[in-house]
Amino acid sequence: MLINHLLPCGALTDDGASFWLTLREQEKLDLLRLLRSVRLFDRRMVLWQRQGKIGTYAPIEGQEAAQVGSAYALDKTDWIFPSYREQGVAYTVGIPMTSVIQYWSGQIEGCKPPAGYRYVPPTVPIATQLPQAVGAAWAMKKRGETGIAIAYFGDGATSEGDFHEALNFASVYDLPVLFFCQNNGYAISVPFSEQSASKTVAERAAAYDMDAYQVDGNDVLAVYDVVKTARGKQRPVLIEAITYRTGAHTTADDASRYRSEEEVRIWLNRDPLYRYEQLCLSEGLLDEDELIQEDGQVTKQLDRAIREVEKYQPNLPMGLFQHVYHQIPECLKKQQEEVASYADNGSIHC
Amino acid sequence: MLTMVQSIADAQRVALEADESVLLLGEDIGKNGGVFRATEGLWKQFGSERVIDTPLSEAGIVGSALGLAMGGFKPIVEIQFLSFITPAFEQIVSHVARMRLRSQGTFSNSMVIRAPYGGGIGAPELHSDSTEAYFVHTPGLRVVVPSSPFTAKGLLLGAVECPDPVLFLEPLRLYRTQKEEVPADHYILPIDRAKVIKQGEDVTLIGWGAMISLLKEADQLLLEQDISAEIIDVQSLSPIDEVTIFESVKKTGRAVIVHEAPRTCGVGAEIAARLSEEVIDSLEAPIKRVAGYDVPYPLFALEHAYLPSTDKIVRAVMELVYFQ
Repeated sequence: MLINHLLPCGALTDDGASFWLTLREQEKLDLLRLLRSVRLFDRRMVLWQRQGKIGTYAPIEGQEAAQVGSAYALDKTDWIFPSYREQGVAYTVGIPMTSVIQYWSGQIEGCKPPAGYRYVPPTVPIATQLPQAVGAAWAMKKRGETGIAIAYFGDGATSEGDFHEALNFASVYDLPVLFFCQNNGYAISVPFSEQSASKTVAERAAAYDMDAYQVDGNDVLAVYDVVKTARGKQRPVLIEAITYRTGAHTTADDASRYRSEEEVRIWLNRDPLYRYEQLCLSEGLLDEDELIQEDGQVTKQLDRAIREVEKYQPNLPMGLFQHVYHQIPECLKKQQEEVASYADNGSIHC
Repeated sequence: MLTMVQSIADAQRVALEADESVLLLGEDIGKNGGVFRATEGLWKQFGSERVIDTPLSEAGIVGSALGLAMGGFKPIVEIQFLSFITPAFEQIVSHVARMRLRSQGTFSNSMVIRAPYGGGIGAPELHSDSTEAYFVHTPGLRVVVPSSPFTAKGLLLGAVECPDPVLFLEPLRLYRTQKEEVPADHYILPIDRAKVIKQGEDVTLIGWGAMISLLKEADQLLLEQDISAEIIDVQSLSPIDEVTIFESVKKTGRAVIVHEAPRTCGVGAEIAARLSEEVIDSLEAPIKRVAGYDVPYPLFALEHAYLPSTDKIVRAVMELVYFQ
């Protein structure tokens, strides 16, 4: 059963109305500000890619509620294993925008989480972060910590062997790990109907004797509610958030080759931001002027962040050799000196 | 007196005793003590929270071991045979080897992945391959191979202490063929050093793992021909201790590299390339490789023809000594 609190028009369902009553005003406003900021940030990233300021980028537009709602339910000590399309998660938990921009600008420094964070660098090979999240959850359980590990992945990842291995391990050892699938309908160009003969991702959980939820991923309240509940179980849970990426797979992709304008229009009418804004406006939490003013502030922060990243000076030769091993091995030092010699005479340009 | 497989079990016992964060994970390593008994007695002594029988799931084992390492544990993983490591290949090369770099030193990737490897014991199909070169080609990962019970324990304990991930390859052929004195205590051998195990003048024989016994046998035959060979046990395939190899070949002027893996792009090719770059002035003859052929490892009826042998080594040395 699809869990739904907030309808596309901005009206609460019965369950949604009860959940709304449990929220503090700060939570309600946080969710709104996060959704709006994440959309602004994501659109800026696409723009900056077009302007040549950053590299190829994987936009998240349409998936903001799934990311903000789930990440908002997490604790700072939780382990987070993102895929490469989780900028909304990063923003919500407090990863600096400069780090995210650095990563998409090809700067490894952007992968380093701020002190105290267990936010793992984005995983590119599909589903490989799932067994790792299982291990991190295992470490927490062994130490008697109360946190969880959450692995983010898409619908395509559910066809990988690592998906099975991770769910099986988590279930066999009963580990506190949340498998959070954003089913956005497509793995690049392949629709979910061709990816899987199971009608849903959530139903796979039954095979592992694992709890599962299927939630409207464009409904930030339902996602927040479900992840908060799942987090409290301290057991493995599979969550399928039904959503849609309204943009392309990446800035190098043309989505019109594999899906119709009509389909995209249907999903634009289910927009996650619009429906929550409508709710907040109708509840009188904020007015439109205040929203516009806040957007201006976020835009200023974004401009400062990109300028900061554009100051990048390559750290050579150490940027290549540092952290590969805990110390640079003797036989690598010659290669390090070679890079230094080119960097010194100015023949390496970045 | 211990066999190599006993010394490996002993090293893991010592590691489990010395450090509470050490965990063992693998298939059949608990109650059964490992299919080769390399974890014999450990499940009974340390319990199933620390000596963990896992599902049959190599990517799951290595992937979750990485998560455990990131969470502050020190996993020692057993892959039942090196040939069965391929499902975990992606976890190893794309993640285990890179997590330190990718997180810029924030998250630990320190773990040991043990795997029996190599041929010569008449094992079933796909139980005898020597695929070390795949892993030597993976920066961030260390590859270490012992050649005796004594070095197995010291190198394995060295690998456990190392902050980097280590693939520890155990030559199957040596598991039970020799016994030697192995100290009962904790001791460490450096995992980044090659070892000159016999001094000589005329030729340097370079190998690792099970090939070391073969090199010693070949050396006896060469002595009868009045040829004095120096033998180097490379031990650390990656990062490699090239200086020890260079120094030896500068002295002898001749080098024969011996490995079970297929010749093309084997570790011998890398050693030969480095020798040609660094010590060309000292060479009296071309660099020779005695290696497996560029064919899939045969079913065991033909493995004697595939594997390096003393005959092949002696012939290679003769070609170099009489090179004009």
